[in-house]
Order: sequence, then C-alpha cells, then structure tokens
Amino acid sequence: MAKKTAMDCVKLARDPKRPHLKDFIKLICSDFEELHGDRLVNDDRGLIGGFATVGGEKVLLLGHNKGATVEENMEANFGMANPDGYRKAMRLAKLAEKFHLPVVTFVDTPGAYPGREAEERGQAEAIAKSLEFFSRLRTPVVVVVTGEGGSGGALAIAVGDRILMMENAIYSVISPEGCAGILWRDGTKAPEAAEALKITAPDLLKLGAIDEVVKEPAGGAQKNHKAAASAVKKAVLAALKALKKIPVDVLVEKRYEKIRAYGNFYS
Amino acid sequence: MSWFEAKTEKVKIPPAKALWAICPKCGSHFEKAVWKKNNAICPKCNYHGRLSARERIAQVADAGTFSEVFRAVSYSDHLAFHDATGPYKAKVEATIAKSGETESVVMGTAKIDGHPVMLGVMDFAFMGGSLGTGTGERVARACEQAIAENRPLVLFSASGGARMHEGILSLMQMAKTSAAIAKLKEAGLPYISVLTDPTTGGVSASYAMLGDINVTEPKALIGFAGRRVIENTIHQKLPDDFQSAEYLEKHGFIDKIVERSELKGFLAKMLNYWGF
Repeated sequence: MAKKTAMDCVKLARDPKRPHLKDFIKLICSDFEELHGDRLVNDDRGLIGGFATVGGEKVLLLGHNKGATVEENMEANFGMANPDGYRKAMRLAKLAEKFHLPVVTFVDTPGAYPGREAEERGQAEAIAKSLEFFSRLRTPVVVVVTGEGGSGGALAIAVGDRILMMENAIYSVISPEGCAGILWRDGTKAPEAAEALKITAPDLLKLGAIDEVVKEPAGGAQKNHKAAASAVKKAVLAALKALKKIPVDVLVEKRYEKIRAYGNFYS
Repeated sequence: MSWFEAKTEKVKIPPAKALWAICPKCGSHFEKAVWKKNNAICPKCNYHGRLSARERIAQVADAGTFSEVFRAVSYSDHLAFHDATGPYKAKVEATIAKSGETESVVMGTAKIDGHPVMLGVMDFAFMGGSLGTGTGERVARACEQAIAENRPLVLFSASGGARMHEGILSLMQMAKTSAAIAKLKEAGLPYISVLTDPTTGGVSASYAMLGDINVTEPKALIGFAGRRVIENTIHQKLPDDFQSAEYLEKHGFIDKIVERSELKGFLAKMLNYWGF
C-alpha cells in the first residue's frame, strides 16, 4: 500500500462515518448530563457540554457537536460554534473549577462559524477570551483532537495541560482548501497545501503542538467506533490521573510554560 | 463589425496608483501629497488609512523616547514552507530587505506624554501583518518585560491573521499571546489595544480583542471571518458597514473610536486615570 498522504488523513478526519462527540459520549461515559446556554443570548448547538462520568472519574466534558446526518449537522452548524458556544464553554468550565473537577474537551470542527450574527456577537472576542480563560483555569484540562482541528475555532477549546490527538485527525491554522486558494490561487491544490502545512498527528507531535498520538483501529476510527473510543478513554484517564497529582498552582504555571514554549525558536 | 467602430490610438497612461492615492473606502482620488499631508486620512470620508509601524511610533511616542527591543526575534521557517509562488524564506527575506523590519510587530519601550509604556505596533506591510512565531514571541516577551518593569502595554494591531507559512505554530501564537496578556492583567497592569485597519482573523481572535479597553480609528475594518467567506456561507449580502469600527462599537466590542489626531492624548488620559 502506498504511504498515507496528508490529504488521505484529511479525508479520514472528515469521514462522516467517523465517531463524533455524541458517539464518544455514548461509548466513553457511564453518565452525561448536558447543561445548556451561555446565560447571555443563546444555547449554541455547535458546541455542547455537561458533567460526565468517565471510568469512574467525574469531569466536565465539552466538545464540538459535529453530526453524522444532515439533520444533525443542520442543527449544530456542522460543529461550527458561534460565540455563544465559546461563552457557554467558559461558563461550564468555571463551574468545573469551582467544584474541583477536571475538564475534558473534544475538538472536531471545520472552524468557528462564519456568520453575520456570529460577527455581531463577537466571534473574535469570544475566541480570544476563551484562549485567555483556559490558559489560567485552575483545574486540569485534557484536550482530545478527534477529527478536524479547524483553526481558531478549534484552538478556543484546545488550550490545556495535555493535548491528545487521534492518529487520523488533522489540526491546522487554515483548511488545506483555504490555504491552496490563497497561496496557490487554486483550491484544487489542497493536497499540496495539506502536505506543506504539516497537519497530521505525527507531524504535530514533532513540532511540539500536541503531546500524544492516540492510535486508531486498523483502517481508521470509522471502521470500529468501539475500539477507537476505548483507546481515547484509556488515554484520557491516564492523562487525568497524572494531572490530578499536581498541585493546582504548579499545574497552572506549568501550563503557562507549555503554551509559552510554542514555536519559541528564539534565544 | 459595427459601423461606428471607433478608432483610438493607444496612449500609455501610467497606472493610477502611481499618481493618485485612492481611498479604499469611498474610492475618491487625491494627489499623493494631499493624502500624505492629511496623515493618510481620507479628506472626503474620514477613513483612517494605514500607517507604517515607524510612522505610528513617531506619532504616538514622545520624541526620542522609543527604544526598540527584540529585533533579533524574527521569523522561523521550521516547515521549509514552499507554495506556488516560491519558498516562504525568499518571500519573507525580501520583505525584510524592503521594509527594514524583521517581524510584523515592532516592540519597544517608550513614553506617551511622559507615561512610560511598553509600545508595540504591527505593520500591515510586513507579510500582511500576519502573526508568525516571531510576532507571537515578541508580544509574549513584551508582556513579560512590562510585568518586570511595571509598565502598561499599548499595542496597535494591523493584521490579516495567523501566518499560514508557519503552520500550526502560528496558530499556537494565538494561545501564547493570550496567555501572556492574561498574566499581564493578573499583575494589575493596564493593556490598551488599538485595533487599526485592518485587524482580522487570528489577531482579532487573540490579543487584539483582549484589551482592558479596545479602541480603534474611524472606518477601520475589524472582524474574525472574511466578508466573502461569510457571504458564501449564509448566501446573503452583508451591509456595507459590516465589520467597520462603527459597526463594532454599535455591537459593543469597541470602547471608543478615536480620531488619529486625538489618539495620543486619549492614551495618556486613560493611563492618567489609572494612575500609570
């Protein structure tokens, strides 16, 4: 078999049959109680969250709500969150901090929703606030990039202490198509752009943007949801176990050092 | 063939750009000297046009007080990035040679009407003001130096967003700069963000929107997603003033739109209110 290209990975990451947030919740959590709304204007459906029990651990679970069907995706904007979604995420994570519970986020989005109301309600401000907020949150944060890690809309809930990424997930500053459209002036050059951008899990591990690659079942997670979810569960629980031992002041300072080191090539 | 086919001689006209300054907002033409004399502000519609980082510093910092820092922190080509038009390295080196700048934000210590500050100014002419690893590193170091020296941070943004050529680590600069700003605020130091035309994408979605106060200039473009991306997503035409400074102020994301001539005085006034 030919070597898997970056574009093969893009296709796998976007495969509609890939497990999405609701599949993971069903397969990983013995209980999940969704909580709604940002207390300002809305309950965004593109990003959802609630308290959950994972392998006996009580956590706050947040994630982009990409669906498997057209109906699900229409409701949840294909997992593209509005500002209300990021504000809800912060509200719930603050609750987790208050009750000393860790936060686990599932990242799977083409990007933050590009809409008129999204801009009017401050998409940029909501993402910026979220980055600032999670960088200082006084409770452990474990991030799992499960599918598409689409730019700022993904990063807004991907600032944490331990960043896991599934083997066939992608994570990028811009979609390969978007990048090809701008730098190649030709959207069909997406495979070239995907290669150049280095968006696969092994590449991102080398660059220090993530901490761990979670292996997928042969052929990809879409072939065996159960095995894929079980690997994610194991990795999340191991990360939580290690992070819970660290005193919270140390944890937050270590998180800062980790974020501070991203792309520091400068002496 | 039409009977009234006109015969015209082809006269070589120099491109309009060479002779005229054209206001990008209202399309009015002005002699370049007029535009420059008016400080890149449109005499007709009051659009506040782009300035270079050095022009901006000269207008905001007290004469002779700006002392540049972190100049050695420049770009990084860790991906050996190459697109259809060539290698990133060649592109950015050409920009450095042409502009004399080494990154898209110029940082330094300065005084504003006597108030000591950490001053940063982005230059849109440097790779579209894009946020690269060097840019993010400078912003983070500026926050840390501000904390160490008890200085407020004043940061002018002008950017199209994260720098694609540096891949995921350019995206991570959004997290890095926001985390550094959070620390600056925890230290009780003021951060004034001045969003100038244009501030979009990853820069608006990180440090530019995190000011204790966010201010801007008339008619500046500020937003997250691009207008065309949004129009293609929602299949609707957007209002003309969409993502303008005035639109953002109306929706509650900007504290004040300040005329360029009053900007320095405004910054000093706020620092004075806050006891810095």
